[in-house]
Amino acid sequence: MPTFEVHGKCYAVDEDGFLEEPTLWNEDVAKDFAESEAIADLSPDHWKVINYIRNYYLQFGIAPMIRKVCKETGFKLNEIYKLFPSGPAKGACKLAGLPKPTGCV
Amino acid sequence: MADGSNGKPKTELLDQLEKGPWPSFVKEIKSACETSDAPKDLLGQLELSYKEKKGHWKHGGLVGVLGYGGGVIGRYSDIPEQFPKVAHFHTMRINHPAGWFYTSDALRTICDIWERHGSGLTNMHGSTGDIILLGTTTDQLEPTFQELANAGFDLGGSGSDLRTPSCCVGQARCEWACYDTMKLCYDLTMNYQDELHRPAFAYKFKIKMAGCPNDCVASIARADCSVIGTWKDDIQVDEGEVAKYAAGGLDIQKEVCSLCPSKCMEWDGKKLAIENHECVRCMHCINVMPKALRPGKERGAVVLLGAKAPIMQGALLSSVLIPFVPADEIEETLKELFTRIWEFWDEYGRSRERVGELIQRVGMSAFLEGIGLDPAPEMVSAPRDNPYIYFQNVEGGDK
Repeated sequence: MPTFEVHGKCYAVDEDGFLEEPTLWNEDVAKDFAESEAIADLSPDHWKVINYIRNYYLQFGIAPMIRKVCKETGFKLNEIYKLFPSGPAKGACKLAGLPKPTGCV
Repeated sequence: MADGSNGKPKTELLDQLEKGPWPSFVKEIKSACETSDAPKDLLGQLELSYKEKKGHWKHGGLVGVLGYGGGVIGRYSDIPEQFPKVAHFHTMRINHPAGWFYTSDALRTICDIWERHGSGLTNMHGSTGDIILLGTTTDQLEPTFQELANAGFDLGGSGSDLRTPSCCVGQARCEWACYDTMKLCYDLTMNYQDELHRPAFAYKFKIKMAGCPNDCVASIARADCSVIGTWKDDIQVDEGEVAKYAAGGLDIQKEVCSLCPSKCMEWDGKKLAIENHECVRCMHCINVMPKALRPGKERGAVVLLGAKAPIMQGALLSSVLIPFVPADEIEETLKELFTRIWEFWDEYGRSRERVGELIQRVGMSAFLEGIGLDPAPEMVSAPRDNPYIYFQNVEGGDK
């Protein structure tokens, strides 16, 4: 099992760097993972997206569809990519501690 | 896994596929071993898969390049200890030039880049149309992408986005092409770069363009939106050439007229008569006598919608949405149409629901109303045979 080491901490992750155990997530996890997704600092805008995705996941057990993320956070898709350069699935979901999105990518 | 005598994997089962007249993929992969270590482990893992009759790639994989949400398909071996060189074996989809025309310069550029950064193995081409660069590691994705971008290539689509559009060779070298498929393919690709690189849809959406109903890109079966060339006026007939076909031994009555699906042709031994208003433009007569018959002069395309593979609700072929668009209005019409379709799909589509399934679920009439199109007889092969007809409540009408 790969691990992701940062700031002296060690996380069990899958090959793509997604947290293996979503229940272990807290805000520090998001901060620790940010750099690996080309994000220098987590702004309030970042947190708005991360918290929305996290709460949706806790409520429904899946990641929200991208158009829901845009609608509910008020960010357009290109603004989401400005916040999370690797995109909502790879970037935002990873920081929110969700399991890896699957399907025909 | 080097248990063969010469440092190469032992591949008894795969070796059998080097025999026979068809070009052998095993030979190709073996020759790729000269430029990279990955093909060796790929052969090893494939041989094991042949023995055990099961795949050895892990489920899923989410990798990519910054700024894009698609274009790279992550793959990991499930036995990386045994085959370390294919522990990461990601695929990059590279947008192909319309019609797959290349200069050897362009291909050499791609090969050089891929030899430096990847396994050297490719797929020319993936079934959607992209150049497939087969097998590299996560840390090589950005550098490969940078080099490709500098050389003028971009990634194709993957995920819930607009996939790479593709087209038949069209007017580049086919006398039947009813519109410029390559130009339309390129223009749409450029126009929808955002939709292609950043998945925003409920599911994937594919566009394919065929110049005539022969449909050489199989658009009707493999694209959510199929744009198929056709014409409105009469088939152009060259009497002299028809006579030459007859003189050359072609039994025009048997091979052409009697096979015409709408039986709108007659051959009296001297003159070919076509009832064009009965013709369904199936292309058969033109295919049989290409020198004598040509599509009409008033050309354009049919726009069809909804094709998909079986998952979830069964396979679908595209069905007619717009019976005829004049050639010079196709692009404009499609852009307007996509805006409306995507808006409707965005609003009502479920997660992982293709457009074809959305139409099945909400009904064609609701869909047409949603995108602002009027129903037309060309949209159905037969009217419904059950009486469960929904009527809308109209103000002042009977309840």
